[in-house]
Amino acid sequence: MKKFAHLFYRLDQTNKTNEKVAVLKEYLTEAPDKDKLWSLALFTHKRPKRPVNTTLLKTWAAEMAGLPDWLFNESYQVVGDLSETIALLLPAPAEEQDFTLSYWVDYIRKMAKLPEREKKELILGAWQVMEPGERFVFNKIMSGSFRVGISQNLMVRAIAEVLDKDKAVVAHQLMGSWHPDTTGFLQLFNENDSAANLSRPYPFFLAHALDNPPESLGEEEKWLAEWKWDGIRSQLILRKGEFYIWSRGEELITEKFPELSALSKHLPDGIAIDGELLAFKDGQVLPFNDLQTRISRKNVTKKYLAEAPAIIFAYDLPEFNGEDIRSAPLSERRARLEKLVKELDQPDLLRLSPAVPFNSWQELYEKRLLSREMVAEGLMLKSKYSTYQVGRKRGDWWKWKVDPLTIDGVLVYAQKGKGRRADLYTDYTFAVWNQNKELIPFTKAYSGLTDQEIKQVDNFIKRHTKERFGPVRTVEPELVFEIAFEGIQESKRHKSGVALRFPRILRWRHDKKAEDANTLVELQEMLKVYG
Amino acid sequence: MAQKNLLEINECGIYCPQADVYIDPWKPVDSAIITHAHSDHARPGSRKYMAHEDSEAILKLRLGQDIQLETTDYYTPHTINSVRISFHPAGHITGSAQIRLEYKGEIWVVSGDYKTEGDSTCAPFEPVRCHTFITESTFGLPVFKWQPQEEVFREVNKWWKENAAMGKTSILCGYALGKAQRILASVDPEIGKIFVHGAVANVNAALQQNGLKLPPVTYAGPDIPRKEYPGSLVVAPPSALNTSWMRKFSPYSTAMASGWMNTRGTRRRRAVDKGFVLSDHADWQGLNQAVKETGCERVLVTHGYTAVFSRWLQEQGLNAQEVQTLYNEELEEI
Repeated sequence: MKKFAHLFYRLDQTNKTNEKVAVLKEYLTEAPDKDKLWSLALFTHKRPKRPVNTTLLKTWAAEMAGLPDWLFNESYQVVGDLSETIALLLPAPAEEQDFTLSYWVDYIRKMAKLPEREKKELILGAWQVMEPGERFVFNKIMSGSFRVGISQNLMVRAIAEVLDKDKAVVAHQLMGSWHPDTTGFLQLFNENDSAANLSRPYPFFLAHALDNPPESLGEEEKWLAEWKWDGIRSQLILRKGEFYIWSRGEELITEKFPELSALSKHLPDGIAIDGELLAFKDGQVLPFNDLQTRISRKNVTKKYLAEAPAIIFAYDLPEFNGEDIRSAPLSERRARLEKLVKELDQPDLLRLSPAVPFNSWQELYEKRLLSREMVAEGLMLKSKYSTYQVGRKRGDWWKWKVDPLTIDGVLVYAQKGKGRRADLYTDYTFAVWNQNKELIPFTKAYSGLTDQEIKQVDNFIKRHTKERFGPVRTVEPELVFEIAFEGIQESKRHKSGVALRFPRILRWRHDKKAEDANTLVELQEMLKVYG
Repeated sequence: MAQKNLLEINECGIYCPQADVYIDPWKPVDSAIITHAHSDHARPGSRKYMAHEDSEAILKLRLGQDIQLETTDYYTPHTINSVRISFHPAGHITGSAQIRLEYKGEIWVVSGDYKTEGDSTCAPFEPVRCHTFITESTFGLPVFKWQPQEEVFREVNKWWKENAAMGKTSILCGYALGKAQRILASVDPEIGKIFVHGAVANVNAALQQNGLKLPPVTYAGPDIPRKEYPGSLVVAPPSALNTSWMRKFSPYSTAMASGWMNTRGTRRRRAVDKGFVLSDHADWQGLNQAVKETGCERVLVTHGYTAVFSRWLQEQGLNAQEVQTLYNEELEEI
């Protein structure tokens, strides 16, 4: 695994795409086949089941390092990553080994069914023979939080170059439910392997945000406008009687939405539909929050099926009659889709995402203002001639979101960030004023400031701390920030009575004092209008 | 009246009332003893200064040529109003010292900044027996463990060689005072030419005036033709990173030498191609070892992870306390 740990380290240390591709190619040429597969599996978020929870990992690591729990936790606060903290705190390895990545992955998988005592023995045993870099990767695989700055596109490029294959083909083959146990490296990228092809979704075509006014796109009639729904972008697939629903995050979510499986009885075989999975009731699209509540549950109960029934709003048709029709123009794909949906006649399960008709860009500006009423995030603009492409591309598809809602809040609590923001105060809680002139926290926000600003705020926090509660500091209420968000919901869990969707910092309001921030009454007004 | 402590912390710094001197004051005072020349410890505006002789030129460079400065060697005691004051090697940077104060049999030591591993640019740290030890705690967490510097410099040399083979310039960043000289004195000069940033050149010149030996290096000034750079090593302060000054070295690879490079988060935040874990401060083990070897009864923990390190020492059975100071202002920059 030394080689894989080294690969991870090198990918992690560079921001340069060419260099990342080069190191990955090197690894894909040199590593044993099973290791190649496991590395790709890990990079595409296919991981072994987590054998133990993090509390146990912490306890065992502290014990092995001979440190009290509080000191372990202080270290974790500063390092900002549990796997790394453990890797750094353990004593130097007692022995050397160089087992393969697959050996260690299997080692972790075998643990799943063992009693806790034996798991502990195995984990401690592994730690004892690993260098810090290997331990780090081992912990990452074990704790299921394996992330590395490597995009799907980059991985595809490296594989395509190593195997001398077409990128689009490789991208497609990399998707789906393959597993290193049941395929080989060359087999995975073999076009004729039909078993693997069965479940495979197409790489999603994603839109860039529109960065110029829509007039820049030219003639209106070339463009199709649709609502940009706020649900789960999904692909429905029915091949040889097998039905799959894939999310954009490449997760199989078929089981989470059992009601949609009824579609498999009605759809023609050999089909892939791209659409938005939404909660839909009484002819109304429900806010994302309702869907969120449902997917966060382990079991889909009758209650949730009744409260937030799922539907697909279909956008596109990459495959029809067992044929990949992505290179046909959108107008043609859409015509087929429209016909299909109509014939299917299952309006509770599948609808065509309606086109938003417009004759002039000016008219579309006005329609866009209706987005919030439609429970949409804005509009999508798609060239009627566009093919169905791979990944995020400029030119043919654009998203044109409505401007976010905003409110000015006072920074009241801060906590240190994780990963790249470790040991810096970057996780903030903001408050607004109630009628008794008290500050009521209403949201957290993590992003939106530049590195320079983060440094300044971090400095302020360190110098203006009032109290500490574990990792959280309360701060003198002085700094005001404009918070942007996409939606607002009633929430009984929060003191403010509201929960925001996608809150982030829009800007630091140097021009405002704490007393100039917004009030709870104003926030509640927004709830009335947009909630 | 209760007996006064030999040292106390007031709004100006660490103060000895009996001798009426401050150690590393953060506000201008009448009489200041300076442990070392880093700007959070040596601040301008005091009427007179006392420091180790190897830091004379650098202190004048930083605080002004006209400061009133008395210098001393290590160990020689200076008695002020019955307080015996002496300087002892701290191993942090050239001319860095721990300050020992003795009065009526009671001994206090102020560590300033220190590291326990030796390096060729300064006298190695020596534990000084005392009753009360005032220690820094910059890296006072067990996640900070340094490798022996030979290993780090083997990696540095390897990185430089690899870059040179690809026709790249190697830009290695570290503090202009201390880290830069340690790098220059420890890399393998056979690999290629060594250039330095202007800030490093100035510090080098000052330290060399007081006798520091360094391999020959060239100031990377505007007169140097660009074709000289590929294959060479350029040593620069971290503030030079991502500035237009770097353009002339293209193509280049960047690296940072700092204890903070120990964690992935900081490495990634710094966005350099390579992070070398190299610090002029003691690591966790070094801090613990230093405290132990003073044989002290009481420890006052200043700048760094003060709360953590003092609690840890208490659990080890020592009388330890956190003390708030205004040091380590520039640590973020390392």
